[in-house]
Amino acid sequence: MSRTLQAPVTVAFDYTRSTGPVLGRFLTGLRDGVVVAGRTSDGEIVVPPPEYDPVTHAQLDDFVEVAAEGSVVSWTWVPEPVKGQPLDRPFAFALVLLDGATRTLLHALDVPTPDAVSTGMRVRVRWAGERVGAITDIACFEPADGSAAGAGGAGGAGGTEPLAVPDPVTGVITPVSLDYVYAASPEESAFYRGLAEGRIVGQRCPSCGKVYVPPRAACPTDGTPTTDEVEVSHSGTVTTFCIVNVPFLGQRITPPYVSAYVLLDGADIAVLHLILDIPADQVRMGMRVKAVWKPREEWGTTIENISHFAPTGEPDADFDSYRHHL
Amino acid sequence: MRDVAVVGFAQRQMEQFDGSPTCVELLVPLFQECYEQTGWTRQDVGFWCSGSSDYLAGRSFSFVQAVDAIGVIPPVNESHVEMDLAWAMYEAWLKIQTGEVDTALVYAFGKSSAGTLRRTLALQLEPYTMTPLWPDTVSLAGLQARIGLDAGLWDERAMAEVVQRSLTDAEKNEHAIRKGGSSVEALLERPMYADPLRKHDCAPVTDGAAAIVLAAGDRARDVRDRPAWLTGLSHHIDPMSLGTRDLTRSPSAARSAAALDLGGVEVAELHAPFSHQELILRRELGLDDDVRVNPSGGALAGNPMFSAGGIRVGEAATRIWSGEADKALAHATSGPALQQNLLCTLASSPEGATR
Amino acid sequence: MSKQPAAVIGVGQTHHRAKREDVSMAGLCREAIDRALEDAGLTLDEIDAIVVGKAPDLFEGVMMPELFLAEALGAAGKPLLRVHTAGSVGGSTAIVAASLVQAGVHRTVLTVAYEKQSESNAMWALSVPVPFNMPVHAGAGGYFAPHVRSYIRRSEAPTHIGAIVAAKDRTNALRNPYAHLRETKTVDDVLASQMLWDPIRYEETCPSSDGACALVIAAEDVARRSPDPAWIHGTVMRSEATTAAERDQVNPQASRDAAAALWRQAGITSPIDEIDAAEIYVPFSWFEPMWLESLGFAEEGAGWRLTESGATAIDGRLPVNASGGVLSSNPIGASGMLRFGEAALQVRGRAGEHQIDGARKALGHAYGGGSQFFAMWVVGSEPPTS
Repeated sequence: MSRTLQAPVTVAFDYTRSTGPVLGRFLTGLRDGVVVAGRTSDGEIVVPPPEYDPVTHAQLDDFVEVAAEGSVVSWTWVPEPVKGQPLDRPFAFALVLLDGATRTLLHALDVPTPDAVSTGMRVRVRWAGERVGAITDIACFEPADGSAAGAGGAGGAGGTEPLAVPDPVTGVITPVSLDYVYAASPEESAFYRGLAEGRIVGQRCPSCGKVYVPPRAACPTDGTPTTDEVEVSHSGTVTTFCIVNVPFLGQRITPPYVSAYVLLDGADIAVLHLILDIPADQVRMGMRVKAVWKPREEWGTTIENISHFAPTGEPDADFDSYRHHL
Repeated sequence: MRDVAVVGFAQRQMEQFDGSPTCVELLVPLFQECYEQTGWTRQDVGFWCSGSSDYLAGRSFSFVQAVDAIGVIPPVNESHVEMDLAWAMYEAWLKIQTGEVDTALVYAFGKSSAGTLRRTLALQLEPYTMTPLWPDTVSLAGLQARIGLDAGLWDERAMAEVVQRSLTDAEKNEHAIRKGGSSVEALLERPMYADPLRKHDCAPVTDGAAAIVLAAGDRARDVRDRPAWLTGLSHHIDPMSLGTRDLTRSPSAARSAAALDLGGVEVAELHAPFSHQELILRRELGLDDDVRVNPSGGALAGNPMFSAGGIRVGEAATRIWSGEADKALAHATSGPALQQNLLCTLASSPEGATR
Repeated sequence: MSKQPAAVIGVGQTHHRAKREDVSMAGLCREAIDRALEDAGLTLDEIDAIVVGKAPDLFEGVMMPELFLAEALGAAGKPLLRVHTAGSVGGSTAIVAASLVQAGVHRTVLTVAYEKQSESNAMWALSVPVPFNMPVHAGAGGYFAPHVRSYIRRSEAPTHIGAIVAAKDRTNALRNPYAHLRETKTVDDVLASQMLWDPIRYEETCPSSDGACALVIAAEDVARRSPDPAWIHGTVMRSEATTAAERDQVNPQASRDAAAALWRQAGITSPIDEIDAAEIYVPFSWFEPMWLESLGFAEEGAGWRLTESGATAIDGRLPVNASGGVLSSNPIGASGMLRFGEAALQVRGRAGEHQIDGARKALGHAYGGGSQFFAMWVVGSEPPTS
């Protein structure tokens, strides 16, 4: 048995970014098949345009088109691409100096082997099949010498005339999805493993003697790990609670429901769980409740083995018996 | 300025920590070590500050539970930076300088292995035009290394020499997770990984935590015969954009160095997660050839995210404590391609403290 | 040795809205920064160091966004720090910025805190599932509602007190051109709104805002040249655990300890008599009476009486959140700094239509996490005497 319980977690959200006028101008250009650079006060032609001038700190408002072709200033081989990168086979990342620009752009370069790329080589933009106003409208760069034209075929190169901007891009959606392996602490793992056996296991702090459920890697009062295992009762007292009427993203229980702090008999800290089998508006502070377990065949190493807590029918606990747990 | 010294230091480094990303379990024994070194209890600590990252842990408020390791009844004077330990130390040093407190314990932690570190760190980049391409940390370092190679500022041999020295020195460091020198030739015979980088040019993915104890004046002298006095502390940041920076330089490191007196430095602990970055830093800092660089093995031997910069400070301090050196330099970096840098000098005497 | 005197000489904030789709993150920060600099009569080039604060990075999906923002914020080539102490971060960030001056390290420090909540969904970001566990809470409202219930039970407060606070703060916001929600609300309006996290109603909750706040904090010689500096009389930060056996979650010890230390530093013996305006972090209406007690403006159990009496109204004995407070604008990372900045505006006589006449000492307050992180300051129109 491993020391701790582990499980995968994916943290994923499609972020909706507003771009502001400068990045919006750049992304509008990409959507329209041109690369827009910014001219800074020190005369540099920078791609993507910086939002604020590095010298005057003013918002940039001088834009010029540059070519969709240029030369490699630096490159690195990517032998094992990670999820989300422009290519899912080995490729190069490159800093490309586009013709007309004085500063480089970072992007992917589609070449089969590291031998096929070199500093100074000519490359050009391979446009994405569908362009939406995002940096990924440039699918990647590809070698420009002696190879066939790339997909897409957007126009503009050169030119420094003021650029009309119909229907500008103002936002971009950026999916961020990260995979993690989550681990519970050894103390929490003992708690979840106990649940898998139908037990509610706490540990006592050797310094202050308080019983923590779940056990803690450090008693927050003393900074000492909890140690001696204590099995606590499946019954307890509702100290305080909230009736949840609001739906939210990721919610797994349909509102309205009661989330409550339940001080299990034998524990010195309340656990948070659901109160069911009673109308929400009849739940009370001090109400006595007991754990209702799911059928044993559904158990795992999870607090969800306890479906919810339900009233025991005992008289309510005196306020004084739990007032120090609020 | 008050005289402030590093008087305690503890660290943990490992390839893969199997516990919770809150790292409370790692912090408890680290704090115990700090108490043993100082003879203090937690009540003697005037200010606490930690460094960590929610994205490393994969959840919001990942630092919140860490205060449990302190034991926070009574409540503590405490802060947190989403930065490396070295900057947490800077905030604590400030707090001591204001006169509000005389002592501080700073700590940091990170479970780099919880996700795919080089991919997670793509979230550090400009979110509109960089992150959507997911440029990984190793690739960004490779772009930087190539520019210097092409310009003749360094060569593969110089990079291999850094690795050889680091991994050889790491043999004497019980905390190092990658160690064992061979020869420059043997290193150069190993295959390219992310051309122009070989795997040994890149710091290993490392989990860990570290803690540093600071004390002012007599409080420091009470703890140690030879406190490591922080005689200078300076940090700066550069723009992020790789396209507008000269990647062969680190202006923020140079600027930080210019604010300090580096004369007489005998030992330098440089936070260079890639071999060529040590070469950049040595050049920016203008270190003499006889300065002993990274006797701990440096970040190439172990690079626990959010602790590794502060660990450089701790490693430098231990060499002052032991009498091995009278003056040392420590460096921490953050962000892609040496974007943000902190330098501090540590000395056996508080005399001549600059800022 | 004592702290070097420091004062706020510039305050800037954005127009806070649900979605500031017209600006990027940098643009949002610069809107606040440029106003703060203009107020201070300084340029970015005259700033020595920059301190950035914001709440969890998952909100915007950028890890340590201060790195990419550095150049836009004018921080390139300068020292930059990034503070994150949960909901109290705006206040903590201002305190760290102040300490750069109070330590004698820098003379002019710019600090900015922001949140661009519309880039994602805060409820999602705060509720990423934990394996082996069960999502029972429903965001911050679900977290704090049980503790509000405990307060009501302990203090035996009438149940409409929260509505009094909400109606007051929303109505105050009509006087604040930067506020997100600017609407007349009556107690009855609030009581008629949907119960979201019983006992917290919809109109008793803070909005979700995009916004930023910036302050310029200067050393004594610079501040003396300002026509209206807000001198910093005391700063304090205190932390405790989210959950601990028998922890008082209604009136946490960290809050009480912080208040006691703050008043001591600022030389204040009777807060209710000596504080002319208070900007208190009240994201859910009931936290006004709760914090009034914890901060020592009222006896334990009597905070609601102060609220009920009208003492916390804009024309009351202790105006609380004349700006409209967190209930009217909540760019999370900036919300604490807005409290600190609004306190400074009051003692500078620069609060416009929500100015409290003759305000000489004001409180800025922020809290975060599970009522476990506290940051507070007192600012005054005159330099501290001790």
